[in-house]
Amino acid sequence: MAASDVLTLTPAGLYCRAGDFHIDPLRAVERALITHGHSDHARAGHGCVLATAQTLGIMALRYGEHFAGATQALAYGEPLALGEVVVSLHPAGHVLGSAQILIEAQGYRLVVSGDYKRARDPTCAPFEPIRCDAFISEATFGLPVFRHPDARAEVEKLIASCRLFPDRAHLVGAYSLGKAQRVMALLREAGWDRPIWTHGAMEKITSFYESEGVPLGDIRKVAAADRAKLAGEIVICPPSATQDLWARKFPDPVVAFASGWMRIRARARQGGVQLPLVISDHADWDELRATVEDTGCSELWVTHGAEDALVHWASQRGLQARPLNLIGYGDDDEPVAEPQP
Amino acid sequence: MNRFAELLDRLAYEPSRNNKLRLLTDYFRTQADPDRGYALAAMTGALTFAHAKPALVRTLISDRTDPALFAMSYDYVGDLSETVALLWPAPLQLATAAGSNQPPAPSLSDIVEQMRETTKSALPKQLALWLDALDETGRWALLKLITGGLRIGVSARLAKTAVAAMGGLDPNEVEEVWHGLQPPYLELFAWVEGREPRPITDDPAPFRTPMLAHALDEADFAALDPADFSAEWKWDGIRVQAVTGFAAAGASVQRLYSRTGEDMSHSFPDMLEALGAAGLGSVAIDGELLVVREGLVQSFGVLQQRLNRKSVNAKLIADYPLHVRAYDLLMENGEDLRPLPFMERRARLEALLARCDPARLDLSPLVPFETWEALAQARRDPASAGAGADAEAIEGVMLKRRQSIYVPGRPRGPWWKWKRDPFNVDAVLMYAQRGHGKRSSFYSDFTFGVWREGTGGEELAPVGKAYFGFTDEELGLLDKWVRNNTVNRFGPVREVSHGGDDGLVLEIAFDGLNRSTRHKSGLAMRFPRISRIRWDKPAREADRLEALERLLPTDQ
Repeated sequence: MAASDVLTLTPAGLYCRAGDFHIDPLRAVERALITHGHSDHARAGHGCVLATAQTLGIMALRYGEHFAGATQALAYGEPLALGEVVVSLHPAGHVLGSAQILIEAQGYRLVVSGDYKRARDPTCAPFEPIRCDAFISEATFGLPVFRHPDARAEVEKLIASCRLFPDRAHLVGAYSLGKAQRVMALLREAGWDRPIWTHGAMEKITSFYESEGVPLGDIRKVAAADRAKLAGEIVICPPSATQDLWARKFPDPVVAFASGWMRIRARARQGGVQLPLVISDHADWDELRATVEDTGCSELWVTHGAEDALVHWASQRGLQARPLNLIGYGDDDEPVAEPQP
Repeated sequence: MNRFAELLDRLAYEPSRNNKLRLLTDYFRTQADPDRGYALAAMTGALTFAHAKPALVRTLISDRTDPALFAMSYDYVGDLSETVALLWPAPLQLATAAGSNQPPAPSLSDIVEQMRETTKSALPKQLALWLDALDETGRWALLKLITGGLRIGVSARLAKTAVAAMGGLDPNEVEEVWHGLQPPYLELFAWVEGREPRPITDDPAPFRTPMLAHALDEADFAALDPADFSAEWKWDGIRVQAVTGFAAAGASVQRLYSRTGEDMSHSFPDMLEALGAAGLGSVAIDGELLVVREGLVQSFGVLQQRLNRKSVNAKLIADYPLHVRAYDLLMENGEDLRPLPFMERRARLEALLARCDPARLDLSPLVPFETWEALAQARRDPASAGAGADAEAIEGVMLKRRQSIYVPGRPRGPWWKWKRDPFNVDAVLMYAQRGHGKRSSFYSDFTFGVWREGTGGEELAPVGKAYFGFTDEELGLLDKWVRNNTVNRFGPVREVSHGGDDGLVLEIAFDGLNRSTRHKSGLAMRFPRISRIRWDKPAREADRLEALERLLPTDQ
């Protein structure tokens, strides 16, 4: 059996005929398995959605209670028969509730990674490698120039900057789901015990993390009146807000951005970033390669990102590898409109 | 090295001058000698490494990576040093574990000192060892440093200002001792930290911080008496300080400094030779560097052909003959003339030039006037007021108080510059880009164009970019207009509607115009700024390219 016997590429995305379901479909379908809550993977309007309880919770927060005809929660590791296949979800380490999807068909094992990382993250369950025959991997940072440093050192940079510039507000651009809460948790681990201020767009997701048992300390929402008074404080907001009218009232803001893209200077400069923080929720080049090896797969499909380099590397190691060129998966949350405060 | 790399990294992203100063001062305060001295040398351009070429870096990385992966990475990143820094297959980072074999990261001084001793053939191995021991930022900074590509937005002046700030000194005091000092500047840091007295330098041709003028507002005239002032033309060249002296062994030394103290001697060997041949003795002359052809002063556009050249060849020297027009004498044979009144210094300068009659060095003539009206007339029409055919190289008049002493820096009162009125053009706003720092949420960099006949009818030709001239309130209005009239986005740039009926007209003031092969319109403006927003004027009535072309100097 080969991966193409289990999964096919349709205009709506990856489809499993034997189980009659799509994975992270790009348009409304009958039955969808969703890897995680980022809006380019989790869309509203499907007939039935199967995901972890946390991902379902996040989707309900973003799209309202009736985002799908029906929902079914599946715990990590719990098998579920769908048609002729058995599916199960396994931690992906990307954000709270994120999962890889294992599909077993007559002893043949195929894993769809969804978005994942191997680096430590205090806000979600760590990635678990799964042995399989075919591995469908993301490759957002699939070039050897992407090697994420230890996120703790990046957070130290932010804290050092607050000490050096106590008269300036530090605006940290971070995706509302996952990255923002990870930065908060890392700040707490590094001993930052001042309140952490947040943009209104991340309020609900942050409360959800706390209700799921992720302690984040004293989190306060920025009200219009506060902005001028936040010198020396850390404010976490969606990346686009740092360039927005909203950013103007802060005292001489230092614009930071927590993202794997900050590894590349031109990207940081183009975004007007003064303090790039290389903190990523995606696997870097080393993690991608290590993960492919950990799965022991003989076939590799590479989806969204820099596919060519990973395919080149895998082919040289004798794996059967191909790029999927799936269109529609973006840069986590960026292209999607956030509710404004 | 890693701490220096962190500083460079942070400076490269920080747009504000004050914040850069704080980063620099913090670095100099917390780092020890000699590292901080070498860092200062790196930022003031005092370090060069002959053997480290980009080709060597390329060879190192191609020995260590898959060529296809390198090509994809370089293509993505676009900068060799950065690609190599990120791609370098460093040994696993177990450095802090006890008993680790990992070599400790080299300090900046290790690198600078060993680079001096390492032979060309030993360099690849040495460089590889350092790259192994540094982190990504450290590797990037190392490669930038040794290949001479350290562009971090810090001028030599700013770095010296940061050092001066450590001891609460005026940056000019640091400038005055600077050219006698060598990296790693131990005595300089000892002085600013109050541990030792001011360093004594025996530089035979040192730089002295020049005196600068304030711009004159017409309203200022009421308080000024014409009898107190002497006037000269304001020449449109570059301000220089020509210094001659004698080294200990008796050899004569000549130097040409920019007004910020940068030693530009290597770019102008012909001018140096002329200074050496003049027999001036030991002097420091304040003046203007110009190109003079057959007795005629050429416009700034012509002089520009000689600036920022990596190498100077015989043809360039023959085609662009240099000249210094002198207007002040600061030192003469060991005597400091700066405490003398301007008219006395002027007399000494006149006597010096009469005595030596040097080639390529002459006196900036005085412009006689009795009343401010007469001076205003001369400023309007220099050609009829004695400048003759040199008028095109004149950008106004300078006023110097006859009794004023020479004060380094920009004191208010003794010297005034009264520039000729700017040119004006009504142009249409085409693109806007977000600014930096405090302006990062504002569209504050504006590209504008004027009409011309295109292949498909009337079109706008972009002629320049301006990012100041407006008030904060006007910036708010412009920003709002840009946001409401965006038709296209390209990264941080927005294209705004600029049709004949819906475009926004900006009145642009500028100081001059040159031909340019780099700009689509073939023109480059000097010092363009937005003088007015013409909310009232329909875009189709903005100016045409032909109107600008008529302003081009005739000699180009």
